[in-house]
Amino acid sequence: MEEFQASKPIYWQIVDRICHQIVRGEIQPGEKLPSVREMAIQTGVNPNTVQRTYSELERMAIVETKRGQGTFVTEAKDIISELKSRLQKEIIEVFVKNMKELGYTKEEMISGLKNFEEKEDRG
Amino acid sequence: MISFEHVTKKYGRETALNDVSFTLEKGKIYGFLGPNGSGKSTSLKMMAGLVFPSSGTVSVNGKKVDRKIAADIAYLSELDFYYSAFTVQDMINFSASQVSDFDWKKAEELVAFMQLEPNKKLKQLSKGNRARLKLVVTLARNTPILLLDEPFSGLDPMVRESIVKGLLSYIDFANQTVVIATHEIDEIEMLLDEVIAIQNGAIRAIENVEELRETKGLSVIEWMKQIF
Repeated sequence: MEEFQASKPIYWQIVDRICHQIVRGEIQPGEKLPSVREMAIQTGVNPNTVQRTYSELERMAIVETKRGQGTFVTEAKDIISELKSRLQKEIIEVFVKNMKELGYTKEEMISGLKNFEEKEDRG
Repeated sequence: MISFEHVTKKYGRETALNDVSFTLEKGKIYGFLGPNGSGKSTSLKMMAGLVFPSSGTVSVNGKKVDRKIAADIAYLSELDFYYSAFTVQDMINFSASQVSDFDWKKAEELVAFMQLEPNKKLKQLSKGNRARLKLVVTLARNTPILLLDEPFSGLDPMVRESIVKGLLSYIDFANQTVVIATHEIDEIEMLLDEVIAIQNGAIRAIENVEELRETKGLSVIEWMKQIF
């Protein structure tokens, strides 16, 4: 069973997790998602909530439901790359907002990131 | 559908429920939440036809509840009562003999799912395994309504988790209505569609769990802290 944050709807937190797994390549394009029941058991979440997750992913065109076969991740590369850039944008937005609150300028943020990267590379 | 209309229940001079009205819809999982003595168990017993209102009406699918409702309702008692000479299999056979809708195949699957040994005597089972067995005989019935009174009370986290997974695996979500009375919310918050907060014999509020999060940014526990 999984942990969830109190302040966000559970269906949306599962949408978010699946999106991250797709972007990381843990779930491949064209791959079949677990059935609603299986996903409910894995996560410990009400199946109505899981159904809502799948409907939302379908509305976002990230998955498609084939009748009698199940729910599959899209194979459309443009949708997945769009998803990837959307997640990136969300993370950058949070980063920039936090840095601005601390009083950093754009240039300082960029040099900060470069320094951080170099240290990471050197291990 | 379960409906309470102006239901009051008195035990002598004590009022257990005071003019309570609400409706529960088919195919949803409800959490009946409230402190000890709030009226949760009394409400469930009324749905099960084990206790009758002093005034007002309790009905299930349009029929006024009487003793015969037992045919439509599977009820899990909060009591840990058992025949000590019975084995797990005896308990299953006995339960099956009492009702017409017992699903033997499902019972067998559930026994395996809960890792219970059919030949073991009930007195040799741990409290947790007796709780698992109670759930087995309750879920093995194909009834439109499942009532679970304190299914997690006094059980360790492993047992609680197996009960949650048992419910998720074996409830017929499209057709069964499930009502779970509990004062422990942690385990079941994610399992519930709706929560009913009850205190001192009165319904304080009925809310959809996801709506609470969406509109108020609150988990059920946070919401409970606000209203109690």
